[in-house]
Amino acid sequence: MAELDAIVREFLVESHENLDQLDRDFVVLEQEPDNRDRLASVFRAIHTIKGTCGFFGFGRLEKLTHVGENLLSKLRTGELALDGPITTALLGMVDAVRAMLTTVERTGHDGESDYPDLIETLTRLQVPRPADTVAEPPTPPPTPPRTIGEVLVSQGKVTPAQIQEAIDQQRRGDPLHLGEILVEKNVVKVGDVRDAVHTLKDTRPAAADTSIRVDVGLLDRLMTLVGELVLARNQLIQFAAAVKDGGFHTATQRLNLITTELQEGVMKTRMQPIGNVWDRFPRVVRDLALACGKRVRLEMDGKETELDKTLIEAIKDPLTHIIRNSADHGIEPPELRVARGKPAEGVLRLRAYHEGGQVNIEVSDDGGGIDPDRVRRKAVEKGLITPDRAARMDDREATQLIFLPGFSTAEAVTNVSGRGVGMDVVKTNIEKVGGTIDLHSRPGLGTTLKIKIPLTLAIVPALVVTAGGDRYAIPQVSLIELVRLSGPQARAGVEQVSGADVYRLRGRLLPLVDLAAELGVPASAEPDDVTIVVLQAGDHRFGLVVDAVSDTQEIVVKPLGPQFHGLTVYSGATIMGDGRVALILDVPALAQAAGVLTESRDRGPADTAASPVAAGGERQTLLVLGVDPDRRMAVPLSSVARLEEIPPAAVERADGHEVVQYRGHIMPLVRLNGQPAGGPLQVVVFAHAGRSVGLVVDRIHDVIEQEVEVRHPGRQAGVIGSVVLQERVTELLDVRGLIAAADPFFHAPAIAG
Amino acid sequence: MATSQYCTFHLGSLLLGIDVQQVQEVVRPTDTTRVPLAPPVIRGLINLRGHLVTAIDLRRQLGLTDPPPADPPMNLIVRTAGEPVSLLVDAIGDVLEVDSGVFEPPPETLRGPARDLVRGAYKLPGRLLLTLDHDRAVAVATDPPPA
Repeated sequence: MAELDAIVREFLVESHENLDQLDRDFVVLEQEPDNRDRLASVFRAIHTIKGTCGFFGFGRLEKLTHVGENLLSKLRTGELALDGPITTALLGMVDAVRAMLTTVERTGHDGESDYPDLIETLTRLQVPRPADTVAEPPTPPPTPPRTIGEVLVSQGKVTPAQIQEAIDQQRRGDPLHLGEILVEKNVVKVGDVRDAVHTLKDTRPAAADTSIRVDVGLLDRLMTLVGELVLARNQLIQFAAAVKDGGFHTATQRLNLITTELQEGVMKTRMQPIGNVWDRFPRVVRDLALACGKRVRLEMDGKETELDKTLIEAIKDPLTHIIRNSADHGIEPPELRVARGKPAEGVLRLRAYHEGGQVNIEVSDDGGGIDPDRVRRKAVEKGLITPDRAARMDDREATQLIFLPGFSTAEAVTNVSGRGVGMDVVKTNIEKVGGTIDLHSRPGLGTTLKIKIPLTLAIVPALVVTAGGDRYAIPQVSLIELVRLSGPQARAGVEQVSGADVYRLRGRLLPLVDLAAELGVPASAEPDDVTIVVLQAGDHRFGLVVDAVSDTQEIVVKPLGPQFHGLTVYSGATIMGDGRVALILDVPALAQAAGVLTESRDRGPADTAASPVAAGGERQTLLVLGVDPDRRMAVPLSSVARLEEIPPAAVERADGHEVVQYRGHIMPLVRLNGQPAGGPLQVVVFAHAGRSVGLVVDRIHDVIEQEVEVRHPGRQAGVIGSVVLQERVTELLDVRGLIAAADPFFHAPAIAG
Repeated sequence: MATSQYCTFHLGSLLLGIDVQQVQEVVRPTDTTRVPLAPPVIRGLINLRGHLVTAIDLRRQLGLTDPPPADPPMNLIVRTAGEPVSLLVDAIGDVLEVDSGVFEPPPETLRGPARDLVRGAYKLPGRLLLTLDHDRAVAVATDPPPA
């Protein structure tokens, strides 16, 4: 491979920047074809590239840019007006130039392709077409004022004569600025001059930049060093606590402050505005809209939101994919939009903002939204889920199916977004950098995708816990809350201690995972105390039982060596203040390993409808119930909203059925047991759309997670069939059927009034 | 006659050696953080001046069954293609210069995992020095552990 000259390299870097600017300029120009500044900027950029490549002997590149420059110069003089075809041709030229530059970078020469078609088009467009001929001599658009005097005159603050007078005074050797002279002469007020200066700054291109190029590798090394420094600082602080020496303490404090500032500073050098990625989207959206015959307006909000460079790189492709999807599948063709009573032009909105140490990015469109039925159908067709399960999913769950691997709703594979990469890849890539993605769709109204990602990856705030005598760090992004139970409360709070416990967190069931047991190390907590760290893994919430919680601190994430390949429950390790190593838990992987990701739940009662019991061999978390002396029954835990105890006296009768007053509503009860036992009723509550149904059982046995395969289809109403759970025959209840019998309106859409 | 230098160490009754070029340093017994669910040959992680180093139980790696001594093991830090790795050994010996004339392939009596790791033996006066293939000594089968 040809070794590139430093000077050629410089040319390449500069040209790529110019081309990026061109993309932006063209899209603006299409909206405001008369914007002379932009036209001039485009002309200059192409002219520079042309001139330099002539110098290096890149003949093909020069030939192409030369034709482009001719066309541009006619646009600049107003001989031609910028329109769609011209913009497309010029953008085509930008792409060709970019491709040639890439070839130069790789091979040292400008490639084999001459782009004859493109050159022909560019040449042809230079001849004004009759329809395009500018009817009257173009009125020069008001050029933005260039000097302070012009601004003041245009604002009517001074007369040209007064300006001339002041300029003459400067010529005679007055060192004062023009504004100062005018103020001195009492011609204008200081405020007017200040305003004028601001106006001038706004209209002028950014002042000569004060930045330098720095190798990213160098920044990475700096970041690593700062990480080391943070560790050394933490160690020193711990050491200082044991030393009684005022001077030493002061020095440590100072070091502490400086380290923190340095850390922030170095982190800032790696921060880039998200606009760097977004800048390419106007072009992407424009090309796409043109290709699919749609009208799409892109709105961007929060371009200046900053995040770490590595993260910017990581979200670039997923974001592009989402934008393409929205423009291609989300926004409808203009005729359809009009027919639906929407403006013909669709709006694609990008929004970014900081919140709680994270960056939120929202991509929303006002398109057709996602049709949950179509998604269900597609998922079943592709064999991703069973038809039975699809039927039982609520709409929100169904729309989330688009994140499944192998799913793509594009009915026709277009050259735009049907390229084999699906939303599952988008989701994986975002989760890889510790982010989450959430989808909201309102059929007919549009779709919103919300992405949350951390600001940086290298140093993260974490909660330090102990289990089995070792410390583990849990990244704070996953942390929801801490629950501590002691004494009798602990025994009462955690139910069915047999490997798969649950805790009733404010009435909702939280599956518990014992960290020590999960890792296979002996726990060392007081048996009477239970400390639960409530964590979020994707859509799921679970409680991690640990021996103790120590504190939160900033930790430096260090990757584990290749020897730990395949060990997914740790995302790395860190060195603590005392110099010992602590492992960092990977919360989603831990949840996966512990099997709490089996069903969607914990989305609030409205969403936890009595749903999926599939007949296939799927892994499920089941609540095992006891009825009569020896019958065992099971329902999917995901369908259960709450467990309640209700005194028998509270049971009333209405319309021939047993009911109780529950949270301001009347809740019908379904009795599974033959003869009521004494004492309070054990009630399993199912809730959906504001309605509740209670299932009365005798005992609540356990929560277990297991592959469920129905052995014998049920012959009795309300029973799907029997399964063997924990070596006992257990009836799998048809929750839907049972509830429908008690409350026919339970699954029906809520009736108004 | 060609000579080589070996950093020698003891493991039970064995005298073992690793090419001195591959040894970065020797570190006294240090706090080791265990890594639950990791393969058993991994004893844990140590902090070597701010760097994470994986500590490998060479006794298990070699399939030795004799009980380890009561004293905590020494860390022999070995250079690898990636990050350095620590081999946990009973005691560190001298750096010996040996000549290739007294070298022989691994003795037939050597069995089990050790056979893959031992390159050969130098017949020193009074005892044998077994030399290890450092790459194989630090390699860990990367099968995911049973969940």
